[in-house]
Amino acid sequence: MRKVYLDHAATTPLLPEVREAMLPYLGEAFGNPSCLHGWGDAAREAMETARAQVAQLIGANAEEVIFTGSGTESNNFAIKGLALAQQNKGKHIVVSAIEHFSVLHSARTLEKWGFELSLVPVDKYGVVDPEDVRKSLKKDTVLVSIMHANGEVGTIEPILEIARITKESNIVFHTDAIATAGIVPVDIKELGVDALSLAGNQFYGPKGVGALWVRKGVRIMPLLDGGIQEGGRRAGTENIPAVVGLGKAAELAKSNMTARIKHLTQLRDRLLSKLPAKIDHVVITGHPQNRLPGNASFCVEFIEGEAMLMLLNSQGVAVTSGSACTSRALKASHVLIAMGLPHALAQGSLLFSFGIDNTSEDVNYVLKVLPPIVDRLRQMSPLYAKFIKAGKGGS
Amino acid sequence: MPVYSEKVMEHFMNPRNVGEIENPDGVGEVGNPICGDMMTFYIKVKDNRLDDIKFKTFGCGAAIAVSSMVSEMAKGKTLEEAMKITPRSVADELEGLPKQKYHCSNLGAQALNKAIQDYLSKKKKTKGGKG
Repeated sequence: MRKVYLDHAATTPLLPEVREAMLPYLGEAFGNPSCLHGWGDAAREAMETARAQVAQLIGANAEEVIFTGSGTESNNFAIKGLALAQQNKGKHIVVSAIEHFSVLHSARTLEKWGFELSLVPVDKYGVVDPEDVRKSLKKDTVLVSIMHANGEVGTIEPILEIARITKESNIVFHTDAIATAGIVPVDIKELGVDALSLAGNQFYGPKGVGALWVRKGVRIMPLLDGGIQEGGRRAGTENIPAVVGLGKAAELAKSNMTARIKHLTQLRDRLLSKLPAKIDHVVITGHPQNRLPGNASFCVEFIEGEAMLMLLNSQGVAVTSGSACTSRALKASHVLIAMGLPHALAQGSLLFSFGIDNTSEDVNYVLKVLPPIVDRLRQMSPLYAKFIKAGKGGS
Repeated sequence: MPVYSEKVMEHFMNPRNVGEIENPDGVGEVGNPICGDMMTFYIKVKDNRLDDIKFKTFGCGAAIAVSSMVSEMAKGKTLEEAMKITPRSVADELEGLPKQKYHCSNLGAQALNKAIQDYLSKKKKTKGGKG
């Protein structure tokens, strides 16, 4: 059976070149970069090369890049660390309603710690209106965090416009660029932000490593206390093999970005343009133009996402869904709900996220196997039966 | 490790008794699309036994497998026996369900029960009308 991995928003495979670069640091080059002997020197050198590679990916200075254990840690660190470092100045923070849970739940934790939180809404495409950010600002606002793009629906946010607003009021602006860094051009100067999160496993690097860039001069309170690793901002011996892998993945992402974007966009557009002719009552989610190149997200009416996901899996196709049933919390995707989708429609959500190894044959295969799956589940669906009956009654 | 047991997968992939019954003796609808699952059971009763059962389900793999299993367990049983089908016995027959999916087995048992109650109340009404 054909195997088609279309869940690159969850994680990407490790590139062979990245694995090769990592291998020495899982073997003889095992040193601790904080040590002053030869083993330490070798590890430190590798780590600093990786830091420079990550900095180059986002147009930053290497010394402003902090390695973390994941994208989630980067976001936790940014939200809590940037807010706590400024709590004498003010205790109000602003994030969008569609942030990843690592931002949203960190913000909720700050609320429990006495901060005030404002959630900025999004429109039906999942776009934040910069004017809504402006309206949400208060005298004591110390942090704004809006994601660069939403990995679930692919919408890219107007970060530069929001940065202009936060700059006027001298408010620290963080962006979660986990869905974009290493995939589309991300330049801290062009975005105008003060802090930015990224993660290695989103662009063919290893899992368990991320980075947080914080502009020089912006204060951040460490989450982990201990040694003086990462300039005293993140204690704990660095995960050198993973850090090296992140660096290599960043270098490859930068040099191959244009070709990758072209390839992913073609696959995405092929699927999204051919889908409506194959399946009726499909609603494409996210912004029609300003979206991630590899993101094809949509909702199929009258049926539920997990059932589709399982039947696709039985055909060798790996995707994800934002339905309540697929989440352990049994809640439909907060992103789709914030975009104003009715709950029943959000239950039918599917996300196909393409990667560099996918081909147009993969898209053809999906277009072949998905329609019978939808048909089969609709034949089982009481909602579809009601829709058909209502249609007949009306005509 | 897969989330679902082989039995759940088997019922999900080959669900029994999918469909509707024309002029059913009882209908039971539970759940709503907001919580993620919705089930409708249709029954035909003959000599106090469930002569035929069909269902339609909007929901996840577990919801579909539960519906299929409930219909199979209940078919041919007397109404009293069928009403004794519990969420627990459905989950057991399916060789277990993930914790967050227990509510699916509740819905399945409820939908069947509701269909039987619907039949019983209709019967009462007809009798009452005649009497």
